[in-house]
Amino acid sequence: MLLARAKAQKVAQAQELDETAEPVGLRRVLTAPRTTETRVQQALDTASVDRVLPTLPAVSELLAGVGLRGGSVYSVRGSTALVMAMMAGPSAEGAWCGVVGLPSFGAEAARGLGVDLDRLVLVPDPVHDWLNVVAALVDALTVVVVRPPGEVTPGEASRLAARLRTRGAVLISVGSWPGSEARLEVESNSWTGLGTGEGLLAARQATVVVTGRRAAVRPRRHQLWLPGPDGAIRSAETIRSAPRWQEEAVG
Amino acid sequence: MPGLTRTMVVWVPDWPVTAAAVAAGHSPNEPIAVLEKGKVLAVSAAARAEGVRRGLRARDAQSRCPELVVLKYDPVIDARAFDPVIGCLEALTPGIQVIRPGMCALKARGPTRFYGTESAAAEKLLDRLETFDVPGSRVGIADGPFAAEQAARSSSAQTRILVVPPGESPEFLAPFSVDTLEQPELTDLLRRLGLRSLGAFAQLSPTEVLTRFGPGGAFAHRLARGYDDRPVVARDVPPELTRTLDFEPAVDRVDQVAFAVRAVADELVARLTELGLVCTTLRVEVDTESGRIHEREWVHPRRVTAADVVARVRGQLQGSGTATSELTSPVVRLRLVPDQADPVGAHVDGLWGGGPDERIHRALSRVQSMLGHGAVASVVIGGGRGSAERQTLIPWGDRPVPAHPADQPWPGSISSAAPTRWPTLTPTTIFPTPLPAKVLDEDGSQVSVSARGALSGTPIAFRLDPGPQVADSNKLHPITAWAGPWLIDERWWDPATTSRRARFQFVTADTRAWLFTLHQTTWHAEATYD
Repeated sequence: MLLARAKAQKVAQAQELDETAEPVGLRRVLTAPRTTETRVQQALDTASVDRVLPTLPAVSELLAGVGLRGGSVYSVRGSTALVMAMMAGPSAEGAWCGVVGLPSFGAEAARGLGVDLDRLVLVPDPVHDWLNVVAALVDALTVVVVRPPGEVTPGEASRLAARLRTRGAVLISVGSWPGSEARLEVESNSWTGLGTGEGLLAARQATVVVTGRRAAVRPRRHQLWLPGPDGAIRSAETIRSAPRWQEEAVG
Repeated sequence: MPGLTRTMVVWVPDWPVTAAAVAAGHSPNEPIAVLEKGKVLAVSAAARAEGVRRGLRARDAQSRCPELVVLKYDPVIDARAFDPVIGCLEALTPGIQVIRPGMCALKARGPTRFYGTESAAAEKLLDRLETFDVPGSRVGIADGPFAAEQAARSSSAQTRILVVPPGESPEFLAPFSVDTLEQPELTDLLRRLGLRSLGAFAQLSPTEVLTRFGPGGAFAHRLARGYDDRPVVARDVPPELTRTLDFEPAVDRVDQVAFAVRAVADELVARLTELGLVCTTLRVEVDTESGRIHEREWVHPRRVTAADVVARVRGQLQGSGTATSELTSPVVRLRLVPDQADPVGAHVDGLWGGGPDERIHRALSRVQSMLGHGAVASVVIGGGRGSAERQTLIPWGDRPVPAHPADQPWPGSISSAAPTRWPTLTPTTIFPTPLPAKVLDEDGSQVSVSARGALSGTPIAFRLDPGPQVADSNKLHPITAWAGPWLIDERWWDPATTSRRARFQFVTADTRAWLFTLHQTTWHAEATYD
């Protein structure tokens, strides 16, 4: 939308220039500052809109090769560890993260998965003001995780979406979210290290189901070490049920 | 002698003892010894009467005086405690130089002219110290700080003042031992040369001392000759930055207080800026009519502005109430104490604006004003055996101190942090209140653990007790893999806080992993690895 506006302005200016092509020197002096200004504005707008955040390779593989896109909403179900893995990439690169409405958030595990606790803020209980809290956090933080207490109405979602786009922040919803960029769900896990009466949980391999935004897109399944025996998050071999269609699916 | 400053030295004997005793909550009249590096550094009068001397080892000192209170020497406490004493002397006469904690020097001329004679001025200072509750201090007056210090040290406990008349310092110093120079290497040499007193050392010719002992020796020689031409340099009086607001009559509304604070805050920040400082930690003390003092320290990531001060005061008074709500007790006095001030250069804005921190701080403060101070938190990981114990939520803006120190070993904790601990996953969801559950064995009876850690049966399934947090309550979760029990017997010596628990890891048929605890006979789901 902003791009379109900037383009329209540009076109209008170009027409203006064409009409009064005669006194070239004077015109240029007058219009030059205005075009620079719009260009800067345009650059600023697009920078925040099309920003792809630094993402863990395993996570961007889940998202069809693209990293987390600034301004969009991802909905994650069934796994806090997956949320942490999504936060880890931006957080390691210096982004601030906020977690709203998750009093049970295991910060130590988050640290283990790569989230920098110095740049993590928790709002465990936003009472009934969660939407305003999230809106305020989106203004300043790069990644905001929220568990909405109930169903999110499309109106609430679109109000936040506009704000997210201008700020270039990423919202990760624990639970469903209307109009989310992608829906990720941990379908099942296989655990290593635990036997019957002996051992310790050492690693987990999760099957993550990813559904793109458009309804026609078939869900994809990924195998992910979350984390692996060495504590790192990486993808185990992907189940290639349908090859090479991911790219156009989330584009 | 020309070029010498007539100097007055005020000495508080056994100052390290007084400072350490007050800091540790003892009376200075008890037998106390202050130790540094295992040796006695200073002793109180009571301990001295028992034969405890400076330089003794701690064990010897205790054998001479079994009821001896032994305190550790802390130079910081020493210096800090002396500061108010200086302040009290400065009320009488300006220009005080601190030689070391417990001893300070000042030019004698000013007070002498004001109070008449030198001993009258010294009396006045001693009186002042007496009223300030620093008893037993002494004063020495002589030419130059060194002679004055020796005069103060050799004044008797009765008269407490020793005035060496002008020009008589060399004669006064002559009988003192060379040890008073406090240059161990030099005095050792002098002693071997047969020079035991300052007088004998002073007899040598200055040129020969300089060629033989170098500049250090020449300086010591000057001191011994009573020609100590060091000037008395007055300390810089630290600027007064504390601001106090008195309310008469008492104010009982938050917004009224905030309004009054605004002007003071502006003035305080302006004064700090004038001094080239920015405040990073502000303490706000609120005295209420009920006599309660509400004190709180606010840390700011960058620097406190006037608006921040008002916001902090508001936040502190308001708690979780709203802006216009009435206070529980009217406010009579408010003090703003800048606890930590840094030079402005350390916190200056970058060329491209205030950086991300300022923006983030503002946004989080806004959320705090919506929900209350404690609602926005940062996390620190400390020590502890349970996952919930280890993480501490710190309200945004407070000092991040974990509830339990992380550098202790915490044997028995389940954590992946160190190689000595069990290498396992860390739970990602820790229930704020553990969910009560029932863990069943093959016979359908509850699994229990004996005192020696033996299980009564193999856990095959569990059922979470119905509750608001549990969606699929009453559903039976079959256990496919499990490990445990890991027994933890914490604080068994204290009946009030003792806790004896056993931890288990379960994997259920729906491929979820759980961390369970058994406390006596009740099971709880503590966390999940979701």
